[in-house]
Amino acid sequence: MRNVSLSLDAGRFYVLRGDNGAGKSTLLRMIAGLNEPTEGRILVFGQNHKDARSLMGYMAHASLLYEDFSAMENLRFFSRLYSIDSDALLEAAIRRVGLDPRLDRHVGQYSQGMRQRLSLARAIFHGPSLLLLDEPFSNVDPDSATEIVQLLAGMRNEGKTILLVTHQAGILSDIADEFLVMSRGELVSRSTPQQVHA
Amino acid sequence: MSLSITRLASVNLRKDLRLEWRSKDVLNSMLFFCLLVVVIFSFAFDLTVEETRRIAGGLVWTAFLFSTVMALNQSWARELRNGVLDAFRVSPAPAEALFLGKCIGNFLLVLLLECLMAPLFVIFYNLTSVGPVWQLIIVFLLGTWALVVNGTFFAAMSIRTRNRELMLPLLLLPVSIPAVASMVLATAEVLTGESSPLLQIKFLAVYCVVFTTACFLLFDTVLNAE
Repeated sequence: MRNVSLSLDAGRFYVLRGDNGAGKSTLLRMIAGLNEPTEGRILVFGQNHKDARSLMGYMAHASLLYEDFSAMENLRFFSRLYSIDSDALLEAAIRRVGLDPRLDRHVGQYSQGMRQRLSLARAIFHGPSLLLLDEPFSNVDPDSATEIVQLLAGMRNEGKTILLVTHQAGILSDIADEFLVMSRGELVSRSTPQQVHA
Repeated sequence: MSLSITRLASVNLRKDLRLEWRSKDVLNSMLFFCLLVVVIFSFAFDLTVEETRRIAGGLVWTAFLFSTVMALNQSWARELRNGVLDAFRVSPAPAEALFLGKCIGNFLLVLLLECLMAPLFVIFYNLTSVGPVWQLIIVFLLGTWALVVNGTFFAAMSIRTRNRELMLPLLLLPVSIPAVASMVLATAEVLTGESSPLLQIKFLAVYCVVFTTACFLLFDTVLNAE
């Protein structure tokens, strides 16, 4: 990453694009607190990003789920890390991504699309104000991708800020507020969907 | 939102034990390895009861030390699959809770292994203790904690290296030499009844306190190191 200076407004949907190796995932990981910038600072809602972990939801390339646990068992474990003790909240998050919370099959037996949905449920169950999503549509069939887009649009309308990395920016052109483009570790452009289409 | 370390450590512990109960990856590999060591050594040496008492400490702790190394690698490998460790790191939960939960989980598994293997050691080596058995129990509790606390820490350190199976023993064994020497001596002293193991027990207790504190304080740095 080089000289990245980026300010995001609350309640807006940002799509981060760029070639492979441009630094998109690294930027997300830095905001989430997984990678450390060599210099500079990252503030989330005015706080140091590491102090704002409960305000962020992070979805990575990998599912970040235990394969020998069911959906509810996975979310129950992660919810305790956020001091959340309500199964109803977890069931709602699982239903919201189109899965059945009563499904007791282990995640290891899930299809890739189901894993992606559950991974999204893991990122949103605690009601984060900032969502960092890394390729949420990879290995997802077109219908499921459309459902995820609608879900994200709903979350944006609820006031959540979304920063999403994808190579399939086309499916987000109707709901994205701004497109950011990275190249070789630098943020090279910011544009609205209207500017992109013009 | 209160994120008490002990409560979160117990959440991690329950998760680890449940995962282990389902897969039995760690316990099976430890048991198999330990069983092999017991059987091979029993055929390799033809010892009298007295001789066995003298060398049993070394033999038993060698078997448990290397079995523990296997367990520690696998307990962390579980956190790397699907990048689950990152899900923990992005949460507001303190790293120390993960460390404590893992230590206690590994400690319980190694203790279970020791309980399962103890009758086999007695049978294969015709072992009886001249000294009081409760002293032996204290040595095993302290010795196991000493191995597990350092092992869990160094396994976390080596987890993201290319040769983590090789790195863990390289890091763990030199640091564990004083504790292992003390465990072996104390075990031999209890089994033969020739001298009191009190000094070794005190040393092990101090070792456990010092290394538990150091590992606990440094774990956050290790977990978030790139």
